[in-house]
Amino acid sequence: MLGEIREPLRRDAGAGSKAGARAGGMHGVLQSLARALTSTAGRACLGLVLVLFLGVIFNADGAFFKEGTHRDTLRQSSVYGILACGMTLVMLTGGIDLSVGGVLAVSSVSFSLLTMHMDWPWWLAIIACLFLGSALGSASGALISNAKLQPFIATLALMTFARGFAKYITGGQKISTYVTQGDKVIIKQLPTVFKVIDSRILGGNLAIVSVIFLVCFIAAWILLARHKWGRELYSIGGNEEAARLSGVPVRMAKFLAYTFSGLMCGVAGICQAAQETQGDPEAGAGYELTAIAMVAIGGTSLAGGRGSMGLTLLGILTIGYLQKILSINAVAEAYRLMITGIIIVLAVLTQKRRSR
Amino acid sequence: MVPLVSMKAITKFFGPVKVLDQVDFTIYPGEVHILAGENGAGKSTLVKILAGAHTDYQGHIAMEGREIRPSSPLDANRHGIAAIHQELSLIPSMTVVDNLFLGHPVTRQGFIREKVHRRDAEDVLRKAGVNAAVTSLVEDLPISVQQLIEIAKAIHLNARVLIMDEPSSALNAHDVETLFALVKQLKSENRGVVYITHRLEEIYRLADRITVLRDGKLVGSALAPELPEKKLFQWMVGREMEEQFPRHTPQTSTEALRVEKFTVRPAGRALRPLVDRVSLSTGRGEILGIGGLQGSGASELFLGLFGALPKRTEGRVSIEGKLIRIRSPRDAVANGIALLTNDRKATGLISSMSVTANMCAANMSNLAPHGWRRPWEETRMASEMGRALQLRAASLEMEVSDLSGGNQQKVAIGKWLTTSPRVMLLDEPTRGIDVGAKHEVYQLMNEWTARGISILLVTSEMPELLAMSDRIIVMHRGIITAELARQEATAEKVLEAAMGKTNGGENAR
Repeated sequence: MLGEIREPLRRDAGAGSKAGARAGGMHGVLQSLARALTSTAGRACLGLVLVLFLGVIFNADGAFFKEGTHRDTLRQSSVYGILACGMTLVMLTGGIDLSVGGVLAVSSVSFSLLTMHMDWPWWLAIIACLFLGSALGSASGALISNAKLQPFIATLALMTFARGFAKYITGGQKISTYVTQGDKVIIKQLPTVFKVIDSRILGGNLAIVSVIFLVCFIAAWILLARHKWGRELYSIGGNEEAARLSGVPVRMAKFLAYTFSGLMCGVAGICQAAQETQGDPEAGAGYELTAIAMVAIGGTSLAGGRGSMGLTLLGILTIGYLQKILSINAVAEAYRLMITGIIIVLAVLTQKRRSR
Repeated sequence: MVPLVSMKAITKFFGPVKVLDQVDFTIYPGEVHILAGENGAGKSTLVKILAGAHTDYQGHIAMEGREIRPSSPLDANRHGIAAIHQELSLIPSMTVVDNLFLGHPVTRQGFIREKVHRRDAEDVLRKAGVNAAVTSLVEDLPISVQQLIEIAKAIHLNARVLIMDEPSSALNAHDVETLFALVKQLKSENRGVVYITHRLEEIYRLADRITVLRDGKLVGSALAPELPEKKLFQWMVGREMEEQFPRHTPQTSTEALRVEKFTVRPAGRALRPLVDRVSLSTGRGEILGIGGLQGSGASELFLGLFGALPKRTEGRVSIEGKLIRIRSPRDAVANGIALLTNDRKATGLISSMSVTANMCAANMSNLAPHGWRRPWEETRMASEMGRALQLRAASLEMEVSDLSGGNQQKVAIGKWLTTSPRVMLLDEPTRGIDVGAKHEVYQLMNEWTARGISILLVTSEMPELLAMSDRIIVMHRGIITAELARQEATAEKVLEAAMGKTNGGENAR
């Protein structure tokens, strides 16, 4: 994690070490600390620390200090986290993907339909859903990179289309183990793959969905930090015209970013289906906003060009913990939403780059 | 004479860096006061303080003897100070009249009095000698007219002091004349004008008084006739520039680039091509200068050759005798062509990224052979290139936006050198960089040509064009109007051809 988070820090590194050397001793340490805290990563950490501090105060009779609470936080953040991985790549290019909730629903109902009703083998169903997610993502990718539609509009259209598509393939019904055949309703057994994905390993400490999230996270991280494509995404977000004139394959890189986001929706949809033991065409409504909030709170700029997966992880944990703390304190939904909105504003305000 | 504005002992810090040190600056009514100095000398900072853009300074400002402290651009306007910056501050999607009245509309019960606006706007434009309809959108007007409207806006505010920061940089020769006429008019109305420019000929045509800054300190202030060119240079650079343009012509024999009947069509439905059947060729190690005024099509020729205007170009391009097809900048890079664009901020650099990332941007296919990057290789290459270009940066990991103009330009150049190009298209390679950095760029050009790289050079600075080019072609509205050997090229001949007079160049039509 450190390697990636250090990146935004480097900006200040030169000036910081100089100032530190001049001041020397304790004062220097304090100065470097102050600099670390005012960097993008430092401020994202600050947001997380503040939320954790809230948890310590409102600990719901010690519930916050139980190991299980933290375990659950990670598990419950996992589906959002998977979406945020794809969202980070898209937002680094200066784009946005509003379709993630809708595509998640398509993947979720398709997975349920294929495994429960059509008895496909689990691996084939997974491949099909990942393919479907990527295909939908690539549709918005093509509209954005080739037809030059604005990302907001293209993914808004896909969001609507995908939600409709999910309802179309399910006939508006939830897909569960209750299968109607003619006049009879038979109850099928829940496919093993659902149980496996919803299970936990390491003595019940780590949910499989969290493992899946971590795998997606690390993959996205490595791609961003070490693959040529990651560098291309940063450069497109930083200055698309300069990137193009440097020979960066701008259209392909953007197309792939949305395709990757679609792939992540495919993964998240499978996890969602397993956790709900059904395929709900209404699943994932509003998830796009949570995913965007997680990425933005981490400090990845909506304008593109700046940010990293490390920052996104901080954002995921900040929102994840906030939700958990509100729920263990049994805060009513009305308040929960209002508080979440306020915290998002505060977190993003602390992230604002001071103009130089 | 009573000064209009007197700035006394102005000191300003950016963080720990002192950018202005006890600078005095006085503006008299009816005078054009040229503020000169290399980039980074503190000229822009000084005028920004006066214009209310920087408020945390030490020192005193008096306007006609009354102490003032401009707290914002609007506050400065109220004191009668208006600034026209390098970047235009007009809103492109609004009409000229709406722009002129932006922020201080004439209203009746909250509703805008359009007729009054329109009449006043027409009046102001007529006075300023601007030829544009007040109801046209700013974005539909040429950049030169926009620049003049910006000045008209300042006149409309009834500013006593006008600050112009390189107002002519985007203008062609004709518009520069209009600008100068306007400046003269402002003088005759007893307003004070502060004029920042890098162009020597402008200094001596306009100046009543010249103040020179260097490294944030006041070097001196004198009436223009008392400050001859040589002394001005000394003041600016602090040393004598013996040989400003050191071109060493190499022997050229083999042909590097050949372009035949190259045409670039405009994006819209306009009939006239931006570049019309241009043919040219360069030898290995040769610098082919391309002269021309604004609208000559030289920049479009470069973009077209580089594949940046796909589907809008026609013609045959061959490199070292081999016919090539370039449909995208990627193809161009793969064929050993490099393009240094004329605007490093907008199209050259990715300012949010590090020096290293920018240096590597054009060469990722070599640095990441199977798609996987090797950061250590990138660092090695960037530091090697940084050394070769004598880049002055605190760290290779700092964002390029934190570098000075000259060093940013070196990064933009370095980006292309890493691709080992055979042909370099340089569009205004020394725009907006200081004298010292310019000299370094010229020396680099000599080194490259000595290694066999051939260069196409577009520059609006006549001395640079004449001194660095081995051969010069001149373009006017998309066609070549002259081709001159180094020995026969003079400023007059180039200018004549650039303004459309053909004197028998091989492409002349």
